[in-house]
Amino acid sequence: MSEIADAMTFRPGGESKPPYDVERLRADFPILSREVYGRPLVFLDNAASAQKPRQVIEAMDEVLAEGYANVHRGAHYLSQTLTDRFEGVRATVARFINAASDQEIVFAKNATEAINLVAQSFGNRLAEGDEIIVSEMEHHANIVPWQLLRDRTGIVLRVVPITDDGALRLDALQELLGPRTRLVAITHASNVLGTVTPVAEIARLSHAQGVPLLVDGSQAVVHGKVDVRALDADFYVFTGHKLYGPTGVGVLYGKKDLLDTLPPFLGGGDMIRSVAFDKTTYAPPPHRFEAGTPPIVEVIGLEAAIDYVEGIGLERIAEHEHGLLQRATQKLSAIEGLKIYGTQPGKCSILSFTMAEAHAHDIGTIVDRAGVALRAGHHCAMPLMERLGVPATTRASFGLYNTPDEVDALADALEGVKEIFG
Amino acid sequence: MFHELRELYQEVILDHGRNPRNLRHPDNANCVALGNNPLCGDVLTVYLSVDENEVIQDAAFLGKGCAISMASASMMTEILKGKTAREAERIFGSFHRMCTEDGFDHAAEDGADPEALERLEVLSGVREFPMRVKCATLAWHTMNAAMSGADEVTTE
Repeated sequence: MSEIADAMTFRPGGESKPPYDVERLRADFPILSREVYGRPLVFLDNAASAQKPRQVIEAMDEVLAEGYANVHRGAHYLSQTLTDRFEGVRATVARFINAASDQEIVFAKNATEAINLVAQSFGNRLAEGDEIIVSEMEHHANIVPWQLLRDRTGIVLRVVPITDDGALRLDALQELLGPRTRLVAITHASNVLGTVTPVAEIARLSHAQGVPLLVDGSQAVVHGKVDVRALDADFYVFTGHKLYGPTGVGVLYGKKDLLDTLPPFLGGGDMIRSVAFDKTTYAPPPHRFEAGTPPIVEVIGLEAAIDYVEGIGLERIAEHEHGLLQRATQKLSAIEGLKIYGTQPGKCSILSFTMAEAHAHDIGTIVDRAGVALRAGHHCAMPLMERLGVPATTRASFGLYNTPDEVDALADALEGVKEIFG
Repeated sequence: MFHELRELYQEVILDHGRNPRNLRHPDNANCVALGNNPLCGDVLTVYLSVDENEVIQDAAFLGKGCAISMASASMMTEILKGKTAREAERIFGSFHRMCTEDGFDHAAEDGADPEALERLEVLSGVREFPMRVKCATLAWHTMNAAMSGADEVTTE
C-alpha cells in the first residue's frame, strides 16, 4: 500500500503512464546498433534467445573484475560478500514470480535442466503404468525428459491435443486425467504458436484429481507478469537467456512442501549436509538440488535482467509487444500465400508462418540478407510440426526493444522472397 | 545482397525445387538410405538400382525440404543414371569441394565427370551461405550411404 502511494507521489504531473520509449531502451542494448551484411540488424529471433542490455553485461563484468570468489565455502571477505549477494538473488526471483519463499527457488543450468531435475527427482517415485500428461505443443525440453523417464520406469506418456487454431483442448485434458495420472507438464506459452495456456484452469483440473502441475514458463515469463501462486503451479521453470539475461542459468520454482519430499538430482559438493563413506545426508532445498559450484556470475546477471525488465514493467512490455504482434499479423496476413500458425486471442508476440512459394529455410536465408534475423525450422517442437502438417515454419518473435519499423522491415524482406520465388 | 541471393536461387534451382525429377519410389531399388538434417528436420530417402557391374541403372528419391535440398536431390538423380559407383563417388567428392572451397578449380578435379560438375555448378552459390551447404549436400551424403550399405546418414 505504502509502496503504491509512494510511487504515485513521485509520478510527475500526475501522469500515470509515461510513453514507452523504445529508442531509449534500444540504447541499452549494444548489439542493436550493429549491422549485418551492411544493413541495420533487425533481431526478431527473441524466442530463441534475447539480446542483453548493458546493465546485465556490466553486472557480470563487475563481479568478475571486482567481487569474484566461490560461494558457500570461503572463510574470507569476497566469498562471504558474494555468497550473500548470490543467495539474495533467490529473493529477487521469488518476488519476480511471486513465490511464497526464496527457498522455493532452485538454480539450474536452463529450463531444460530444471525439467530434467523434476523428471529425475520427482520421477523416482513413479512406477510402471503411472501416467504423465503433456501437450501436443510442447518444446522437446518438456517431452524428452519424460520419455527418458518412461524408458527407465515404464510410465505412460499421455498427450493433450490442440485445436487447429492452436488452443489446448481442456476437455481432452479432463478426460486424460485419471487414477494413474501422477503429473501434468504443460507449457505456459507455446514457442511456436504463441498460445498462452489457461494455467490456472489446468491447475484446478489437475489438483481436483490430486495431481501436481509442472509449467514450462520459458516463453511466458518474458512476455508478461507471472504469479506462480495465483496460477497455483506446483513447479514452474524458466531460463535466463530468453529473459535478456545470460545463458547458463535457469530457474526451478517448486512449492516448498513438494521440494521437501524430493530426493537429490545430481550428487556432489554444495548439496550435502555431511558426507561419510557409510552415510551421507543431504542439504534441505533449494541447495539439495544444486550440486557443485553454481553459475555464480550468471545468477548475478539474471538478477540484473530481472531488475531491468521490472524497471520497465512486464505489463508495459507485454503491451508494447502486443502492438508489434498486431502490426505484424496485419502486414503478414496481407501477403498472398502466407499462412500464420496460432491465432489464439491473447497470444504472446510469436508469429510462425509458412509461404506457399518457399520453404522456411529459403525464407530465412533471404530475409537474413536484408538484416532480418528469424528462426526457420521445427523450433524443437517436431510433434507440433507433425500436428500442423508442415515440415517447418519460419518464426518471428518480438521483444521489448523491437519497433514498428522493424515489423515493416520484416514485411518488406518477405516481399523479397516473393520476388525471387514469385 | 540481391546479387548473391540471385546466384543462390538461379532459375534452374527454382525449377528443380518446384518440379523435382525422379520424385518416386522405384520397386527395384537395391540400395536405399535415409538422409536426415537434424538442424532443420529435412529428411529424404534415396533409392538406387545398381546392377552387377556396379552401374547405377535408376536413381530416385522421396522427401520434402527447401529449394536447395530438393533441387540438389533432383539433379543428383538425373546425373547418377548410367554412372558407376566409382564415378558417383568421385562426383560427390568434387561437388563437396565445389560447395565448400573458395577458388574451386574444375580443371584440378581430374577423375570426376566434367559434364556432371558443370551441371552442378548452379548449386555452388551455397559457398556464400555456409549454413546452406548441408542442404545442397544432403542428397549426396545419402547416396553415399546407400552405396556403402548404410541405411541412415545424418549431416551433423
